[in-house]
Amino acid sequence: MYNNKTVLGALGGLLMTAGLAIADPVDDTLILNEETELVTRTAAPAHMADVVDEVISGWHFRGVETRAMQADDFDNPGMIFVEQAEDVWNTADGSEGKSCSSCHEGSDSMKGVKAVYPKWNEGAGEVRTLEMQINDCRENRMGAEKWKYTGGSMQNMIALISSVSRGVPVNVAIDGPAQSTWEQGKELYYTRTGQLELSCANCHEDNYGNMIRADHLSQGQINGFPVYRLKNTKLNSVHARFKGCVRDTRAETYKPGSAEFTALELYVASRGNGLSVEGPSVRN
Amino acid sequence: MRLTRRHAMAIGASAVVVAGLPIRALAAGDDDITAFTGGADVGEGGITLTAPEIAENGNTVPIEVSAEGASEILVLATGNPVPAVATFKFGPLAASQAASTRIRLAKTQDVVAVAKMADGSFVKASASVKVTIGGCGG
Amino acid sequence: MAKGVKPRVKVPKTAAAGDSITIKTLISHKMESGQRKDKEGNLIPRSIINRFTCDFNGENVIDVTLEPAISTNPFFEFEAKVPESGDFAFTWYDDDGSVYETSKSITVE
Repeated sequence: MYNNKTVLGALGGLLMTAGLAIADPVDDTLILNEETELVTRTAAPAHMADVVDEVISGWHFRGVETRAMQADDFDNPGMIFVEQAEDVWNTADGSEGKSCSSCHEGSDSMKGVKAVYPKWNEGAGEVRTLEMQINDCRENRMGAEKWKYTGGSMQNMIALISSVSRGVPVNVAIDGPAQSTWEQGKELYYTRTGQLELSCANCHEDNYGNMIRADHLSQGQINGFPVYRLKNTKLNSVHARFKGCVRDTRAETYKPGSAEFTALELYVASRGNGLSVEGPSVRN
Repeated sequence: MRLTRRHAMAIGASAVVVAGLPIRALAAGDDDITAFTGGADVGEGGITLTAPEIAENGNTVPIEVSAEGASEILVLATGNPVPAVATFKFGPLAASQAASTRIRLAKTQDVVAVAKMADGSFVKASASVKVTIGGCGG
Repeated sequence: MAKGVKPRVKVPKTAAAGDSITIKTLISHKMESGQRKDKEGNLIPRSIINRFTCDFNGENVIDVTLEPAISTNPFFEFEAKVPESGDFAFTWYDDDGSVYETSKSITVE
């Protein structure tokens, strides 16, 4: 007899084939604090026209309790860290005696910023993530120590800056001077890595909506980062998530903050152009 | 090592001990209930325990307990290494004898709530929660 | 005092006399269970918030005993009666002896 178990076992039990799809994204609307409706599914940006029709936030792939937790700022544990960062925003640090607010005034002045990062920095001649920009401020404007890329202080601040952009559509530039970095990121997205020989696309483009063991595979959108995960009860950075995914293909990973992950972040962000900024979101 | 009959017996015996452990864990949950009730009978009805059928992660599982007229509600996770989760005591200004919180569940198991009613009687409700393991462990 | 502990509470600013209102509370705390081990295999000692109380004008609303099975950043939601204008007092008790307090006023119209 044809043995299905053996066949699934041969796939490492990892990916179910498309024919076994059992769990489509949930049909629901994310209304923040009973007032702001966020765009969590929308037409795919032009550069993705030949791969998917629609881009969908990871919110649609989570359970009812997890979705509800994100819909209210009090229920969202990620907002604790936003409040902590608000204190830091207004506190001077470093040799120049400056705080973020010394130059930028209130944190709400950052509205829209998260939506366009990673972004080309003309002076530096490179594409920069928001983390890189924050550390530039800390080192060169404030005379303060750099923060660890994936650390708590950094991700709290990213969450604060993201939180004031919630509802603003992601709109990273992929042309002009950013184009070559974007293309490098695209190359990485489709490159199989590790002993399992999986690319980002194998899971998040070919198999979103399917179950990977007990977990519901999303499109791997990053509009909700930083993410408060129920699993580790803290804010998780985009690059830490990339590292986890690459590690799970059983590959040596790139480092958070590396040129490779920065390029990948730009590309993955561009796959969500049009979705609302959601961070800090809540995921499992 | 050559597997002799004696070895096989020894392995069999340890298997019995291992199989005995979950029963002891259940008894620990019972001990918590006995400590709470003082050994009184525990009835059904008049208490609601709401928990997800499937928890996306066992680390943060939202639950709600409600028992109109209760003075106290004990919550237990019978499959945890330590079953006790919380005890809610309702004061004179509680508008309802209900509360929500988020709890840790070590594995798929029954969550149990026991309410002490105003007349000193006890009622119990339980909910089975499946705790899933993520796809990537990451 | 444990690091980074910050209480948050959500209470309506006004209510009608005798109304029941919904209160939500959240405090940032690791809730170290005492079950976990560090990289060297040593047990990390338990360090949790073990009790939470809410009182209104000196009368109790709820008094919760917390065990290590309460999740990181303990969250509670419950309902209170407000007979008159006054103050809610919220208190969290840490294993290490620290006590975290916050209060919220409500006006009964």
